[in-house]
Amino acid sequence: MLSPGAVPLLAVEGLQAWYGESHVLHGVTFDVIAGEVVTLLGRNGAGKTTTLKSIMGIVGQRTGSVRYEGKELIGLTSDRIARLGIALCPEERGIFASLDVEENLLLPPKVRAGGLELDRIFKLFPNLQERLSSQGTKLSGGEQQMLAIGRILRTGARLLLLDEPTEGLAPVIIEQIGKTIGTLKQQGFTILLVEQNFRFASTVADRYYVMENGRIIDRFANAELEANLDKLHDYLGV
Amino acid sequence: MFELFGISSQALFGQLLIGLINGSFYALLSLGLAVIFGMLNIINFSHGAQYMLGAFTAYFLLQYAGLGYWWAIFLAPIVVGITGIIIERLFLQWLYKLDHLYGLLLTFGLALIFEGTFRNFFGSSGLPYSVPPALQGGRNLGFMFLPNYRGWVVVFSLAVCLTTWFVIERTKLGSYLRAATENPTLVRAFGINVPRMITLTYGFGVALAALAGVMAAPIYNVSPQMGANLIIVVFAVVVIGGMGSIMGAIVTGFGLGLIEGLTKVFFPEASNTVIFIIMAIVLLIRPAGLFGRSA
Repeated sequence: MLSPGAVPLLAVEGLQAWYGESHVLHGVTFDVIAGEVVTLLGRNGAGKTTTLKSIMGIVGQRTGSVRYEGKELIGLTSDRIARLGIALCPEERGIFASLDVEENLLLPPKVRAGGLELDRIFKLFPNLQERLSSQGTKLSGGEQQMLAIGRILRTGARLLLLDEPTEGLAPVIIEQIGKTIGTLKQQGFTILLVEQNFRFASTVADRYYVMENGRIIDRFANAELEANLDKLHDYLGV
Repeated sequence: MFELFGISSQALFGQLLIGLINGSFYALLSLGLAVIFGMLNIINFSHGAQYMLGAFTAYFLLQYAGLGYWWAIFLAPIVVGITGIIIERLFLQWLYKLDHLYGLLLTFGLALIFEGTFRNFFGSSGLPYSVPPALQGGRNLGFMFLPNYRGWVVVFSLAVCLTTWFVIERTKLGSYLRAATENPTLVRAFGINVPRMITLTYGFGVALAALAGVMAAPIYNVSPQMGANLIIVVFAVVVIGGMGSIMGAIVTGFGLGLIEGLTKVFFPEASNTVIFIIMAIVLLIRPAGLFGRSA
């Protein structure tokens, strides 16, 4: 599936992870090429979110290998990982109630050159500019999601981990987020997306990995989606 | 001079000034406790001992290095703050995921060790520390006599409290602190070294206690129990104000100092208990405290 000679930006191999006693990931292997949008599909509890958290270094214990630009991330703390150029937009969005919108937006420090300027972010999400002095959690769900994505675009991170960015949002906002992901891809961002909604994923993704019980059980490219629909319905139970 | 309800203005304002002085110390100490609790989730029971250490550091600087008050007010918070940083690295960092009780017990034990050690070497009678020459004397304000040093304590504590508030609520560094108080994991995943920030926050909270100790030295003398006597009242202040709020700690500290002063004028029998009575009432009506955010 990889074009020959392509070096993956992110290479995950035999990744295992635990929350306390419970063993959640049982050897996850996949990779993401620079400039791609790759989607992890799977039912609730398949281990998608844990995979993102393991890459970011915020689960209790992990083994195996996660390499970013060839550098091993297992053993690094999450602040070091972030400084290499990886940024997470968490499922619960993680907007800070004690910060206003502007402070939320400016919170993540710049880790590298080449992040988006503020006016570019406001062009993507005009709502944010109008509400800069509102308390972060006073925004609507959709605006909070835009804020959660917007704040990691400034930092210069090149790999974005987006955890269910469309969850619980109105169709018109989902469409706006889809367009945004397309724009980001054009600008050279690499995106690892976790989604339950594969209809949405199919509008943005280059490739898919399907997860079940903490393992990757299938993979295909976007062009193969139609041919795999039956299997996919089966996997996702929809 | 005039009289109000049969009380001379001199007595009334004199007590109000004492109230404000006490309030300055309540505010500085409860502010430090609030900052520490917010970031570390630890109820710092050694705060009173660290206030005492600040006063003793000022005393040592004068006795053994010939460095006076103005050096002490600068150096003592740094020295005691560094001991705080060592304590955080050695002990506290292992307790964050446990119940509040463990941090409380550990810091309470440390307070007993500090106070016991100093009592062993310096007795309990208290050592004198004089008002710096520049602040000796006082001025007649017409309605009362204001000793210069006491005026300085009130103004300087207020300035320190408001600066702390400003830094936490209005600056970039403060936004890191507030965000890390809410969700340290995510703030760290943005690339911020949260553990180091926590260590420095504890050092800063402890330094505030030491600063209060230096300011208290010329007023109350330097003694090993000076913090133990004060800290119980300060915890009542924190309960009344609520743990979550920086401005709450400042306003409650000064406010309760004034209320205590007024009680001394109008109903002296209750002046030692009025803060605890208010605490009981607040706990019944607003358990999260006047400015606290209930979880």
